[in-house]
Amino acid sequence: MLGLSKKDTTFLLIVIFLTMATPILLQPFPEGSAMATFNAGYPDLMQRFAIFGIFAIGFNILFGLTGYLSFGHAAFLGVGSYSVVWMYKLLDYNVLPGLVLAIITSGIFALAIGYISLRRTGIYFSILTLAFAQMSFNLAYSVLTPLTNGETGLQVYTDDPQILMGENAPNVPHLFGLVMRDSYQLDLGGWLFTFNIGYYFCAVIAILAFYLSLRIFRSPFGMMLRAIKTNQTRLNYTGLNARPYTLAAFVISGMYAGLAGGLLAAMDPLAGAERMQWTASGEVILMTILGGAGTLMGPVLGAGFIKYFENIFSKINDTMLHGWFGWMPDGIEDAILFVSHFFVGKSWHLTLGLMFMLVVIFLPGGLVEGAQRIGRLFRRRGRKAGGPEAEAARQRNPGPAE
Amino acid sequence: MGILEVKDVNKRFGGLQALGDVNLSVAEGSVHAIIGPNGAGKSTLLNCLVGKLIPDTGSVMFAGQSVLGRKPHEINQLGISRVFQTPEIFADLTVMENVLIPCFAKRDGAFRLHAFETVANETEIGEQAEAMLADVNMLEKRDMVAASLSRGDKRRLEMAMSMVQQPKLLLLDEPTAGMARADTNNTIDLLRQIHNKRDITMCIIEHDMHVVFSLAQRITVLAQGTPLVEDTPENIKGHPKVREAYLGEAH
Amino acid sequence: MDAIILQVLNGLDKGSAYALIALGLTLIFGTLGVVNFAHGALFMLGAFCAVTMQRILSASYTVIDETKTDFLGNPQKVDVPYVEGWFGPDIGTAIVDWSVPLAILFAIPVMLLIGYIMERGLIKHFYKRPHADQILVTFGLAIVLQELIKYFYGANPIPTPAPEVFRGSFDFGLLLGFAENTIIYPYWRMIYFVFSLVIIGAVFGFLQFTTFGMVVRAGMADRETVGLLGINIDRKFTIMFGIAAAVAGLAGVMYTPINSPNYHMGMDFLVLSFVVVVVGGMGSLPGAVLAGFMLGILEAFASMNWIKDIVPGIDQIIIYLVAILILLTRPRGLMGRKGVMEE
Repeated sequence: MLGLSKKDTTFLLIVIFLTMATPILLQPFPEGSAMATFNAGYPDLMQRFAIFGIFAIGFNILFGLTGYLSFGHAAFLGVGSYSVVWMYKLLDYNVLPGLVLAIITSGIFALAIGYISLRRTGIYFSILTLAFAQMSFNLAYSVLTPLTNGETGLQVYTDDPQILMGENAPNVPHLFGLVMRDSYQLDLGGWLFTFNIGYYFCAVIAILAFYLSLRIFRSPFGMMLRAIKTNQTRLNYTGLNARPYTLAAFVISGMYAGLAGGLLAAMDPLAGAERMQWTASGEVILMTILGGAGTLMGPVLGAGFIKYFENIFSKINDTMLHGWFGWMPDGIEDAILFVSHFFVGKSWHLTLGLMFMLVVIFLPGGLVEGAQRIGRLFRRRGRKAGGPEAEAARQRNPGPAE
Repeated sequence: MGILEVKDVNKRFGGLQALGDVNLSVAEGSVHAIIGPNGAGKSTLLNCLVGKLIPDTGSVMFAGQSVLGRKPHEINQLGISRVFQTPEIFADLTVMENVLIPCFAKRDGAFRLHAFETVANETEIGEQAEAMLADVNMLEKRDMVAASLSRGDKRRLEMAMSMVQQPKLLLLDEPTAGMARADTNNTIDLLRQIHNKRDITMCIIEHDMHVVFSLAQRITVLAQGTPLVEDTPENIKGHPKVREAYLGEAH
Repeated sequence: MDAIILQVLNGLDKGSAYALIALGLTLIFGTLGVVNFAHGALFMLGAFCAVTMQRILSASYTVIDETKTDFLGNPQKVDVPYVEGWFGPDIGTAIVDWSVPLAILFAIPVMLLIGYIMERGLIKHFYKRPHADQILVTFGLAIVLQELIKYFYGANPIPTPAPEVFRGSFDFGLLLGFAENTIIYPYWRMIYFVFSLVIIGAVFGFLQFTTFGMVVRAGMADRETVGLLGINIDRKFTIMFGIAAAVAGLAGVMYTPINSPNYHMGMDFLVLSFVVVVVGGMGSLPGAVLAGFMLGILEAFASMNWIKDIVPGIDQIIIYLVAILILLTRPRGLMGRKGVMEE
């Protein structure tokens, strides 16, 4: 189906199912229960899962396949956001023209930056992309203020032209009248599920993005990119020119980043320069590595993982900790609270840094490798009985590339 | 007129004259060996042929076209394939993928954005690659990751990768370097078999006289960057100039 | 003319910081072959050594001063630093006042120890791993270190002033025959520049004239051969890592009066320092120092008003622009060796 092998089709169907059921799956605890903090099924967070998933999938096409570590992908994220907000300002609040523009402009940006940066490899390439991204960031803050509105961030004002704005058109981002922030809430005996239009819009795009990356992974093009990662010399002496391949990968991943940036602005009609800062590039690197660079599912898992912990860990506060550990003797509770403080609330970055270090040290293949190791463990347990698990693990990661 | 014509090639590295007035003609369909003691300029000459180095003066013509100034991938597209002294393969890819890549390069040229095709659906290319792997007796290893192959298998894989492109000229840089005698003999058989079956012109740079005299139809002896003699193996054996060049060399 | 001199001077202090950090980065890269993204964090830790020193020295006890009264008429409580209590008010105040220079003494052992622990505990295991892994793990470490500092010291910049005597400015213009107040330059920045020269000189001297340094230099050029000679090069490289950490730390200590330290200052400097290292040429110590000063001065020049009028925004991007140009025209940087870090 869709030019995919049977295994990949099953894989894609599972991903589609999981994505569509996210609002339910991420809401396992009843509302008001002590564990409700760990629910992640609210629109804002789910949108981020999908959007950063797209960002990481795109980044993985470059880094995971070719091994070129770009420190400048945040620039494309920012460009995408600005494009969408500009389309709001000039046309109307329909997100579609903006997203198309976001993909085009970020593609052009990526072409220009990639064309120059890809003349070098290794850390020199990383530094070149970093330099370009930091230049874009600094310029967006200073001289490009007419385009970016500097520190305030770009947003829609009442005196903007909005030439396509109809009489009754919504005053917030929408897709032909479907307002992004609208949700349908379902209350099922204590469980509260939110089905948000914005999330489903992002989810559909994310699935398309994932499908596209699946096709790239299975294509001769994807194979060439992996060949570039392992041996450029041989590639040259095989009659292939690495540059157009890496440039194409760079532009494709730049367009993914632009799309992700555009979606950020489609969910919340605001674009700020801080999205272009190198720490944002660092974040997508963390996501990709944490999940497993070069694997299909890894970047998405990594993005979900980081965004989940960012939101959940940073929400945890003393009252909640007390609620959990209050039953313990005072001394032990105090000790636990003291230690927990390092990892929750405002300090959640520490948790992220530590987790990230642990992954790089012990699990260079990321979460996907972890899952594979566990899968292998099960398979070894019951070589005969382990059939279904083994099959599931293989479906999670078909092909030798993973 | 040979398929490869090297005329008056000179190459200097600083004060060292690596190649001096090298003239060489490789006849189409032949196996031509270039031998010479260490530092004779064999590798430099080879690098000039594949575009890694550019000679200071002289010309290198391949099938009527100059290769000078062309990049390695362009020269490969002209029909010259190279096998390295230490096998250069795509270590992270499977054996099958290693052979598929040159097949695609042969069909599509230096670059084609085939992001919407699927490798598995390219049956024609797949069959071509499988036939090649069968030729080098590696079909049963097709799904192994290349890095896990033995050294001999890596070299056979590299030869398969070069051969599957059906090059007009195959350059081999010490194809038996560091091999045990049995492996060397296998390689010789393999090369002879390939030469007979596919009729590929070969140019072998070699240290091992056993290999050279088993395969070559013509031999060029290089010493201190200059060709001393070029002749058939029978005449090279016991040629006074060659003895002189190799005197003191442990061969 | 006076404007140019002023800009050169202005560039020197930032250039000094770049040069010192880049020097340490290059030492680590050249000796251990490790790309250390936590180096900015070491700079930051150095700065917080100064903050800690200041806190320790101004640790106070409360006394009731009978001579003064607060607005309710009660005797006022005054905080007296312990050092004043011990050494009398004059010496005590002086010690508190001189906390930043004193912090150097505190920072050297602390930073050497941190460097040693870092190398033995973490970096050691990454020698044979790809550069990307090294970048990633040290990047993670940098996040951890900066969050720890944020946890203990808060997110706001902490003012750590220079000693009273150095707070003024020196009028260079008068010295060179210009009008008064045309070229004024704060004393502390001058000290920072001189200090950095001393450190750079010390590092180079150490590498040039000691046996230890000779072995390290040989190891930088060809690690395997030195290993074959039976010299335990790893041990020496561990010490070099400690020294590089100490250099970054000292750069941080002395920088505190110029900019109040905060937890993310390391990251801010890190990006630029990497640009500096690459511009100077990966693995070249003189290149790192040269590029550090050069880029610092260039940055100062680019922020001159008439230049900004011609090319708006140039002050924001000059360093990156230069980096891009140099990398494209001289792939190995100003003084880099061939083949370093290209795979």
